[in-house]
Amino acid sequence: MKHLLILGGGTGGTMMANKLAPVLDAREWQVTIVDNSEKHYYQPGFLLVPFGTYTMRDVVKPRRQYLPAGVKLVISSIDRIEADKNKVVLSDQSILPYDYLIIATGADIHPEQNEGLVDDEWRKSKFDFYTPEGADQLSKFLKGWEGGKLVVNPVEMPIKCPVAPLEFLFLADAYFTEKGIRDKVELRLVTPLSGAFTKPKASQILGEFLERKKIEVTPDFDLARVDSKEKKLVAWDDTEVGYDLLVSVPTNMGDPCIGRSGLGNELNYVPTDKETLLAKGHDNIFVIGDATDLPSSKAGSVVHFQSEVLFENFLEHIEKRPMPAHFDGHTNCFIESGFGKGLLIDFNYETEPLPGEFPLPGVGPLSLLKESSMNHYGKLMFRWVYWNVLLRGLKLPMGSAMSMAGKRV
Amino acid sequence: MGTINILGKQLAVDADGNLANRSDWNEDVARELAKQEGIPNLTSQHWTIINYMRKVSEKEGSAPSIRRLTKESGVDTKTLYQLFPKGPAKRAAKIAGLPKPVGCI
Repeated sequence: MKHLLILGGGTGGTMMANKLAPVLDAREWQVTIVDNSEKHYYQPGFLLVPFGTYTMRDVVKPRRQYLPAGVKLVISSIDRIEADKNKVVLSDQSILPYDYLIIATGADIHPEQNEGLVDDEWRKSKFDFYTPEGADQLSKFLKGWEGGKLVVNPVEMPIKCPVAPLEFLFLADAYFTEKGIRDKVELRLVTPLSGAFTKPKASQILGEFLERKKIEVTPDFDLARVDSKEKKLVAWDDTEVGYDLLVSVPTNMGDPCIGRSGLGNELNYVPTDKETLLAKGHDNIFVIGDATDLPSSKAGSVVHFQSEVLFENFLEHIEKRPMPAHFDGHTNCFIESGFGKGLLIDFNYETEPLPGEFPLPGVGPLSLLKESSMNHYGKLMFRWVYWNVLLRGLKLPMGSAMSMAGKRV
Repeated sequence: MGTINILGKQLAVDADGNLANRSDWNEDVARELAKQEGIPNLTSQHWTIINYMRKVSEKEGSAPSIRRLTKESGVDTKTLYQLFPKGPAKRAAKIAGLPKPVGCI
């Protein structure tokens, strides 16, 4: 019996189990998936919880329900991977051997990486919205907030869903306008980037959005520490920004078990071949999604496109044949812009986000880098697509490689 | 692609204004680049960082992040920002004659 072991039952791990289990001969292969929780969260939904669009019940389902029959689910934390011995050691020191390993352990926030972020003011005047608890607490806080300086601060790149801080601000603008207190709220993005986003054309267009919505930007700000008493952010060069309400996107890092295994970089991300998705230096370990060190966005759409590449490569690689598929860095993100509208961006390693129509040239129905209600409905509909199409490993009506059709250069 | 004048020579630069060719770089060029970045004198600590960045870049093809710089170069974050104000990784890469560190998104 051969063992395929999948670490992490989130978006990537669940999709790979659903794609591979039906095609691997059950008499030859045992597929096992390890995760530390029975709950599967729809992470893109966390953004909409603080504003009351979703409640926590809308963004969580039982993990088992999305795994195919025959796949064994082990609920446990992982102590380490012993790559030279082809085995994984769980937190209770029990051992799972493998022939092939897929690492899908994701990324998480680490507020403890900055001095003064986690103290007795954490989740009182300083919140995150990248965890279920953080999003939920922030939603309760916002209901009673009467206004002041709201600062959104992504501490350090890369972060999961790099557009989320912008979306949070756009949605906050709409939320406070509808509440009738927008004139009492100052909205500010404090970012380590030189502009609104990393890619030039999108950064310019999103920058104009921020301006129009009267959202201030403090660029090139590298956070050293938070002073909770004085309510201010302090950068390494001693620049300071005051706040009444801090919405932090703390440093994102890969799973600590990657660090303990000696398989990660300085942020515990696994060095990964950017085309084949094999872990560098390990012929029987693949990596997918946020766990990789790839220069693509850490986003669900990326995991989806990678899953198709990984599926094709895995089936050939186990037969010792050359791997046919190459990941091109394809990313596709809906950006909520508030008041029932949204934008869509589509890009890869080489091509930055461009304006146009998607997926059909001249038709759409979605528009690229332009605000429309259709894009907003696309985002809301996506929650259904996530649970019912994506996680089940089914195909969407678009290929994994980015297409230039409909894009205007 | 533009050029900059360094010590009487026209050197090619990329879109970010960083040297386009590694072979154009030497320590005198670095001192000139530093002046243009508002750093009049390169101390031995500056050189520790510059040499470390060149070493990593040569081995791995890209310049290291700030987090890795502080972890491996022996210079702490606070000092790093004093040595290369306003974005040490970006600035040190420019003076070291390397492309801007890959901006992760």
